[in-house]
Amino acid sequence: MDIRKVKKLIELLEESGLAELEITEGEESVRISRHTTGGPVQYAMPPMQYTAVPAPAAAASATAGTAGSAPASSGPAGHKVLSPMVGTYYESPAPGSPNFVKVGDQVQAGDTLCIIEAMKMMNQIEADVAGKVVAALAKNGEPVEFGQALFVIEP
Amino acid sequence: MLDKVLIANRGEIALRIQRACRELGIKTVAVHSTADSSLKHVLLADETVCIGPPPSSQSYLNMPAIISAAEVTDAVAIHPGYGFLSENADFAERVQRSGFIFVGPPPEVIRLMGDKISAKEAMRAANVPCVPGSDGPLGEDGDEIMKMARSIGYPVIIKAAGGGGGRGMRVVHGDEALLSAVTLTRSEAGAAFGNSTVYMEKYLEKPRHIEFQVLADAHGNAVHLFDRDCSMQRRHQKVLEEAPAPGIPDELRMKMGARVAEACREIGYRSAGTFEFLYENGEFYFIEMNTRVQVEHPVTELVTGVDIVKEQLRIAAGEKLSFRQEDLAVRGHAVECRINAEDPRTFMPSPGKVDVWHPPGGPGIRVDSHLYSGYTVPPFYDSLVAKVIAHGDTRESAIARMRIALTEMVVDGIKTNIPLHQELCQDAAFLQGGTDIHYLEKKLRV
Repeated sequence: MDIRKVKKLIELLEESGLAELEITEGEESVRISRHTTGGPVQYAMPPMQYTAVPAPAAAASATAGTAGSAPASSGPAGHKVLSPMVGTYYESPAPGSPNFVKVGDQVQAGDTLCIIEAMKMMNQIEADVAGKVVAALAKNGEPVEFGQALFVIEP
Repeated sequence: MLDKVLIANRGEIALRIQRACRELGIKTVAVHSTADSSLKHVLLADETVCIGPPPSSQSYLNMPAIISAAEVTDAVAIHPGYGFLSENADFAERVQRSGFIFVGPPPEVIRLMGDKISAKEAMRAANVPCVPGSDGPLGEDGDEIMKMARSIGYPVIIKAAGGGGGRGMRVVHGDEALLSAVTLTRSEAGAAFGNSTVYMEKYLEKPRHIEFQVLADAHGNAVHLFDRDCSMQRRHQKVLEEAPAPGIPDELRMKMGARVAEACREIGYRSAGTFEFLYENGEFYFIEMNTRVQVEHPVTELVTGVDIVKEQLRIAAGEKLSFRQEDLAVRGHAVECRINAEDPRTFMPSPGKVDVWHPPGGPGIRVDSHLYSGYTVPPFYDSLVAKVIAHGDTRESAIARMRIALTEMVVDGIKTNIPLHQELCQDAAFLQGGTDIHYLEKKLRV
C-alpha cells in the first residue's frame, strides 16, 4: 500500500466524524484510529510512523538551504552517506522487521544501510565505507532528496 | 484547479511558471540540481526537492528523479517548461502512467509532431502548406536520392526526422556533395537523436521565420494567437523576436492562423503550441511544430493580453478556453531581446556572480528574469539569463522603448549580449523590418 493512499485515508478520517477506519485491499490492510481524547492519529501499521510530508526547512525562508537536509552545524563528525536519489526512506526491509542498521553498529563497505523507495521500486542503499554508524539522520517513511545526508559513519 | 504543480525546469521559465501557479492559488514544487539551490523560484517555492548533481542528464533530464519527486510531494501535475523533457513523449507518457497530469499535449500528439516527417504528413492532410520535399524518409538508393534532389531543385537541405530546432541539418548545392551529405547527416542523426532517418526539402534562400501561437483545450476548442517573427538568429538560435510579424497582409495572417487552429483540432492538440513556418515571396511553408510553451511567448502575451502559461494550467485542470477566436485581437507591437550570459563579440559563455542586477522599467517594459544581485550563474546550463520585452502602440514605439530599457539595465559581474541588442535596435535593416534568417549572421561577419 503506498504512502499516498495512506495519507488520503488519514485525510478522510480527519474530515469525517469517524473514530476508526480499516481498509483491506487484497492481502494488505491498514487500520487508522483516532483516540477519543483527540490525540494524534495513529496507525496500526508500525513502523511507518507517518508524519505530514515535510515542507522542507527552506520553504518560504530566504536562506538558500538545500531543503530537507539535516542542519549542517550539528551532528557527529565522520563520513556522511548521502542519498543518491529522490524517494521515500525506510530503515527496515518491511514494516515490523528489524532495522538494517542502528547507531553503534559496525558496517562493512557494501552493507545495506536502508531502502529508498522511488516509483514503486525499492532501492537498497549501501555503505560506501566501513566503520561505525554514529548517526542515522533521516526519518523513517519520510521523503529524502538527492544529496541529503542519511548516515554518518566513523571509519 | 490543480492543487500542486511540480515545475520540471529551471531559470527564467521556472519562475514564469511559478508566477502563473501562484496567481491561480496552486502550490509549487521546485525540483533542482545541486547547482541550482539558489535559483529564485527555488527560494520562493512551497516545497523544493534536490533531484541530482549539476549535469542535466542526471537532474533535469532524469525522469525517475522528477517523477519520484512528484510522488513524495504529492504533486498533482508536472509542468515541463521548454527544452529538457518538454517535448519528450516518453516522459509525458511516464508522467501520466504514474498518475500525474502532464501540462502539455497528449503523448501521442507529442510523438506525432516530434517526428518531423509524420508532422509534415499530418500538416499536409490538414491543408497546411509545407516546404516542398521528399515527403517521406530518404531510402538507400543513391540514384533515387539524386533524382529527388533534381526534381525539387537545388539547393536542397537534408534534415533528420528526429531533429529539429536547427540541429541535424545540412545544405547541399549540387550533385557532387549530395550523397556524402546524406550519409553524414544520417550518422550524426543516429548519434544525436537515436534515429538516423533523414528527409529532404527545398532550401529557401532568404526566408523569414514566422510562427503562429496556438492554444487548445481538452474540449475540442482551439484558437490561434497570431504570429511572431523570429528571423533574427545566430546558429539557429533566436536572438530577438517580435509580434506581430511586420509586413504580413492581415488577410494572409488570419488565413494561416485559421488553418493552424483547424490543424490543432484535427490532430487532437491540447495546451500551448507553436507552428513554425518559413515565409518567402508571400508564401508560408510549414517546417515544424513545437509542442510546448516557447521562450518568446511574452511578445504574444503583450499584444493579445492572454496569459499563455496560466491558460496551460487551466487547460491541464480540464477547463475550457475562456475566450473564442473572435475575442482575440492584436494590440500594438512587442519586441523581445534574449539577454544571454555571454561575450557580446565572441559569444563565449560568461557564467559567474552577478554583483549588481538592475532591471529596466517604465511603460511597456516587462522583464522576465531569475537574476538577483548576488546570484551566481552556473556554468552547466544554457546562457539565457533574462528576457526584456518592450510593448508600444507601434513597432517604432516598441523599439524605442527597448533601446531606452537596454541603456538602463545593469548586469555587473558577468558579460552579456546587451551591446549586441543595442546595436540591433539601431540597425537600419532591423528598423525597416522584414530581415531574413541569414541577416544577423551576415551582419556579424562584417
